[in-house]
Amino acid sequence: MDPKNLRYSATHEWAVLEGGTCTLGITKFAVEQLTDVVYIELPDPGDNVFAGESFGEIESVKAVSDLYSPVDGEVIAINEKLLDDPTLVAQDPFGKGWMVKIKVEPGSNLDKLMTLPQYEKQISEEHH
Amino acid sequence: MPARTPLYDWHVAHGARMVDFAGWDMPIQYTTIIQEHQTVRNAAGLFDISHMGRLSFNGADALALIQHVYTNNAATMKDGQVRYGLVCNEQGGVRDDVLVYRWPDQWEMVVNASNRTKIVDWLARHRGSQKVEMIDRTVATCMIAVQGPQALAKCRDLTPADPAQLRYYFAMPTTYRGQPCVVSRTGYTGEDGVEYIVPADQGVAMWEELIGKGASACGLGARDTLRLEAAMPLYGHELGEDFDPLQAGLNWAVKLDKGDFIGRDAILRRKDDPKLRRRVGLELAGKRLAREGSIVLNEGKEIGRVTSGTFGPTVNKAIAMAYLEQGQTKPGTTVAVDVRGKSESARVVPLPFYQRPRQ
Repeated sequence: MDPKNLRYSATHEWAVLEGGTCTLGITKFAVEQLTDVVYIELPDPGDNVFAGESFGEIESVKAVSDLYSPVDGEVIAINEKLLDDPTLVAQDPFGKGWMVKIKVEPGSNLDKLMTLPQYEKQISEEHH
Repeated sequence: MPARTPLYDWHVAHGARMVDFAGWDMPIQYTTIIQEHQTVRNAAGLFDISHMGRLSFNGADALALIQHVYTNNAATMKDGQVRYGLVCNEQGGVRDDVLVYRWPDQWEMVVNASNRTKIVDWLARHRGSQKVEMIDRTVATCMIAVQGPQALAKCRDLTPADPAQLRYYFAMPTTYRGQPCVVSRTGYTGEDGVEYIVPADQGVAMWEELIGKGASACGLGARDTLRLEAAMPLYGHELGEDFDPLQAGLNWAVKLDKGDFIGRDAILRRKDDPKLRRRVGLELAGKRLAREGSIVLNEGKEIGRVTSGTFGPTVNKAIAMAYLEQGQTKPGTTVAVDVRGKSESARVVPLPFYQRPRQ
């Protein structure tokens, strides 16, 4: 997926909304900060997720971080490949490293999330 | 502002992520922790350990002072020998774990960065009127560890004396670019290797020469996963003022028959106390990692706490060290670890998790 077409949360998740389905992952910046990802926990299909709440966790050698959903909705698919090979997230965070697909209420949008330029500004400030 | 080692500028220029560790700005990693870990297990890794405290002792009573504060026996050491031991308080709690070096005319002690001031004060307090001059050489020198199966090959031509002639836990004086240098066959990774102490202004030259010979820079992140697999205790985690050395399983470094030393009586009293927890290794069944502070349970009841936990890249498992109640420490015992509110199954295993193949 082209990072230009994605929206971003302050907690380094990316999101894209296509026909009532929101796909979530974490950004390349987040993966580079973590390094050494050893484990990813994702919800089960059918679970409900809520904006601002944790839907899973990502563990690296150094530390564990929660994964936060930017939207309310129901999990309709998870990327099962990540459970066996969490390094996929590092290899291709915006593509093969996607995490969950969430069915959102009609009329939902991602307007509260940052655009790529806004997100890039945030990480440059965080990094220095 | 945290202190900087003579290699600070090199670390920053080579993309290291720097963290404040015990008051020093140190590299945690240059690449990834797992990659640097594997380099040490399979080839040769370089560590800047200049933050460790280096103290030297001169004078007629140097041995007497060391014997008074140190749990191991320094009197039986040969010239050039290096020996691990603990410095304890009167209650038998561990104030630091240290390496003592014996030389014909003086002694040296390498202490943890986090405990350097505390140990310097402790030694000054217990010196009394004894004839001992203590010099803190930490800032004047640089300390570099070269670790891994290829470490000795990389170090062969670095100094006039080849460190391969050293036995394990022995050291010798030599020179580096004409300057005084101490090389020891020691380390904190579970691999063969050496550690150098050189004047601070020689640190970068030595480091770059080793890089030129094919050793790779490694950070404190890999140092932690390496020492954990090798089950080496880390002060502030497996060791502290609340634990005595026997609880930690360091009986081999405590010589109760050498004569009196600070903490000896307390250690003797605690020796057979059934209430004191003991250090063990845990292997987790799943991939979620136990971390420092995680509670260990058996049938819903707390039986101990995790002191360090990580993913062991060589053993390819989630591993941890913990202190558990006696009676629960037998290898094979199944326990539960509370990992952020969810119970994970774990098994007590013998330490170390990893032992290098012997030639």
